[in-house]
Amino acid sequence: MTVKLPPVDALVIGFGWTGAIMAQELTDAGLEVLALERGAWRDTPGDFATTFDQDELRYSSRHALFEPLAHATLTVRNDASQTALPMRRLGSFLPGSGVGGAGVHWNGQTWRFLPSDFVARSHNLERYGKAAVPETMTIQDWGVTYADLEPHYDTFEYLCGISGKAGNLQSAIQAGGNPYEGPRRREFPNPPMAMPYAPTLFAEAAARLGHRPFPTPSANMSQAYTNPLGVQLGACTYCGFCERFGCGNYSKSSPQTTLLPVLLRRANFKLRTEAEVIKINLDAAGERAVSVTFVDAAGQEFEQPAELIVLSAYMLHNVRLMLLSGIGKPYDPQTGEGVIGRNYAYQATSGVGVFFDDKILNPFIGAGALGMSVDEWNGDNFDHAGLGFIGGGVIGLTQSGRRPIESHPTPDGTPRWGGAWKKAVAENYLTSTSIGAQGAVMSHRGNYLDLDPTYRDVYGRPLMRMTFDFTDNERRMSDYLVDRTAEIARAMNPREIRMGYRKGSWDVSTYQSTHNTGGAIMGANPKTSAVNRYLQSWDVHNLFVMGASAFPQNPGYNPTGTVAALAYWSAAAIRSQYLKAPGPLVHA
Amino acid sequence: MRFWSRPLRWAALASVLCAATLAVAAYPRAQAQEDAPIAATPEVVARGRYLTALGDCQACHTREGGAPFAGGRPLATPFGVILSANITSDASGIGGWTPAQFYRAMHEGVDAQGRHLYPAFPYNYYTQMPRADVDAIFVYLKTLPAVKTSFDRNQLAFPFNIRALMAVWNPLFLRKGPYQADPAKSAEWNRGAYLVTGPGHCGACHTPQNPLGAPKRGKDLRGGAFESWFAPDLTSNARTGLGGWTRAELLEFLSTGRNGHAQAFGEMGEVIANSTSQMTPQDLNAVATYLSDLPASPTPKARAPDPAVLRQGEAIWQDACSACHGMSGEGEPRYFPPLRRNANLQQDDPTTLIHLVLGGVRTTQTEAVPTGLGMPSFAWKLDDAQTAAVLTYVRNSWGNQARSVRPQEVAKLRRRLALTPGEPARAPPADLRHPNPGTFAPAGSDSRDNGTVNAGRTAP
Repeated sequence: MTVKLPPVDALVIGFGWTGAIMAQELTDAGLEVLALERGAWRDTPGDFATTFDQDELRYSSRHALFEPLAHATLTVRNDASQTALPMRRLGSFLPGSGVGGAGVHWNGQTWRFLPSDFVARSHNLERYGKAAVPETMTIQDWGVTYADLEPHYDTFEYLCGISGKAGNLQSAIQAGGNPYEGPRRREFPNPPMAMPYAPTLFAEAAARLGHRPFPTPSANMSQAYTNPLGVQLGACTYCGFCERFGCGNYSKSSPQTTLLPVLLRRANFKLRTEAEVIKINLDAAGERAVSVTFVDAAGQEFEQPAELIVLSAYMLHNVRLMLLSGIGKPYDPQTGEGVIGRNYAYQATSGVGVFFDDKILNPFIGAGALGMSVDEWNGDNFDHAGLGFIGGGVIGLTQSGRRPIESHPTPDGTPRWGGAWKKAVAENYLTSTSIGAQGAVMSHRGNYLDLDPTYRDVYGRPLMRMTFDFTDNERRMSDYLVDRTAEIARAMNPREIRMGYRKGSWDVSTYQSTHNTGGAIMGANPKTSAVNRYLQSWDVHNLFVMGASAFPQNPGYNPTGTVAALAYWSAAAIRSQYLKAPGPLVHA
Repeated sequence: MRFWSRPLRWAALASVLCAATLAVAAYPRAQAQEDAPIAATPEVVARGRYLTALGDCQACHTREGGAPFAGGRPLATPFGVILSANITSDASGIGGWTPAQFYRAMHEGVDAQGRHLYPAFPYNYYTQMPRADVDAIFVYLKTLPAVKTSFDRNQLAFPFNIRALMAVWNPLFLRKGPYQADPAKSAEWNRGAYLVTGPGHCGACHTPQNPLGAPKRGKDLRGGAFESWFAPDLTSNARTGLGGWTRAELLEFLSTGRNGHAQAFGEMGEVIANSTSQMTPQDLNAVATYLSDLPASPTPKARAPDPAVLRQGEAIWQDACSACHGMSGEGEPRYFPPLRRNANLQQDDPTTLIHLVLGGVRTTQTEAVPTGLGMPSFAWKLDDAQTAAVLTYVRNSWGNQARSVRPQEVAKLRRRLALTPGEPARAPPADLRHPNPGTFAPAGSDSRDNGTVNAGRTAP
């Protein structure tokens, strides 16, 4: 029997970065807000304590902070001719679960997308002509511009205390920063992190080649920081356990370390953990969300009515919940019609290993976003004429900490096991490093999300089905990035390098990136987007859908900065427009 | 706030019991209509609210998650548990009380029914408050929403559950007020003395107590044990007391719960949040003036620690503590407390330090300082000897000097806190629990089981 609960003004589904930001903004606006989180409460001194958080086996190998697949997973295939099978072990990406979401276990690279990224379709058509964007490449403009988001990027960076160096202050290019970035209103809130030897060698080599390296913007604190809400973060200790780990030293921005201390004290906010939303219920006309159905830890079902609903789960769950709730028209790759599940995209990662004889790099020193980057081959920062692809990616040397279980750097020609392998690992651990290239993925007609016809979750609901592969655009772009990366690697004067070209189709089993995007994309046209420029559902006006599911395609950066800026942008529209006159904010 | 921090000595108990048999069992029931009601003007209510904050009444008279002032909070004493009273205006609270009855409770420790109250309710301090102040508190409490409660407050075991025992305790230890100003001192000093010894009842924790739970004479505010903590020396001793703090630092601590030396947690955190952070600048200055005039306590003698223990302690320090507190104890002021020349570390009684290392701690959250930075529990990771060694090391490094911590002291507190070595606890220790999130899940269950046949199962 379903228990009906008293209504709330606003309901937040999923309590990671965007859920916390929206709850903060909506409680600021005076609304009574309830957040429902399927996972458990987690906080620094109890759950990520320094006494046990540097446990690679528990957190990295055994995935303690990630989504439990026995509970819900998805099915995957490379193209529509294949039968999708369930992902039974985490590999290619690592969605979070629990309070703070993936904001607990992220690395902390906090980028702003390039101004041209937000107008990818029109910009590329204008510069390179129709041939550059094939008919099957379904990239779109976002419906929002860099200038729209700039104040909101700024808010998030100051909330988090991002460590970095501005490259463009109010259109004046700054030495030492990223000269390609859009104009910032002010400097980063914290100076760059102290740079270890390997990123320093990378930056020196890149500069010798005429590139302009800069410190990667980092949510790992270069010094103790108190954010504008009065919440305190400690200085990073460079312990090397960021990605896949919580931070015990309050040194990595997360909802817990930036927002929750203030939010959880508010009388008009309530967080209910271990409450998994299984459906958004609509009114008879299907135009308004009236409530959600959720299930608690013991299996009891509840109905929670709300005036306004914010869908802020991981992007895969946002899309799936919309499909399961009958919100918006499901995407059909045959006809190209429909919007929910459209334009799923990912990231094309590659890299180059660099091996020295004489340089001790102490790679155990690390932090998730500790490194130097170059942006010469990202977005449209370079001329793509004749290259056969559009887009690009950031190239950087990030020293995130070589942890013992997963870090076994070996040069080409080393056996995969045995005494020679062990010897090579021992010889190369301290004297090698690697440079990564994080390539964009353009959206493509055949890459999409829908409900699986066969497999179901513990509640009996269909699993999501992911149909995805890299296209020629990504393959050419990735190879190009590896070649540029290798040029810098050689300029570091190593003994040898190891090329990491991408090969073959996308493979779910090997970790690549938790930067899944699209499926409920934003845009100016309800025929080709699920949400409008304010992240408001075109079909259900009191539903706002956060997260990277709104990205029409995936640029060559980490997504969190833009995900957060979009949440603040959406919150501003809700506060200044929607609450005064609830209804569609954009009339198509 | 707390009393009876040490086990009662049987000899003392026996003498009390003998005396009790001779004593009058109870006061006569107070007259119900002895005075006219007090006018509840907005000024009186506001004054009462302020005085209620000064007295930090809310902390003890509110149970975790319960309605403010509705009581029911268990106050642990070595004699057993007392639940605090409901002081809202419901009949189960003080709804039927007259101002005179309320004054008598505050002044003499006798309730409206004529029964003795225990000094877990610090009437031996509140007695310093003049009638007008007490009346204002009464008026303010009457404006609060009435909350009905039903719990048995007195859960003490025989013979401590005999309230008449207090008929002996009071003549021995209760010095009735109200506060009489010292004409030789300034008005500010006198105001401070009143606040500290009256409504603030600082000595209830910070003054050492005799075996019968009464403050030791002549040792005011030299530090006292309570529950599983030790409230530090507040005299002007430069090593163990407030002598190393400037007035500005003391004011910062009382108004925000932190300064460059220390950060408040636990019971003192409640005092900051409910009471001192609400004080006017004049009153805070008065408190500072009075405290800084307290004669310094004698510095405890300490034998030099065993060098082998110090070496062990230093190694543990570098491994376990230095990431936050710095290799040289420099800390990060106002984030992670510096440990050099830290008065808290140099108390002769190391109970608080042992508690911090074993149980972890979360600093107090206030509007001004909302984070609630935490130190994790080391109980599962460091054994008794290791805990004692690292504490002995920090108590004797960077300008600190204090006696060695004995492994037996760690073992004793570990038993009391029920924190075992081995694996990290599934649920964090009480000192680290966060009060806010709500859940329907059974305690200790693993959310990753939700939706499966194992849903709600308690982790092994």
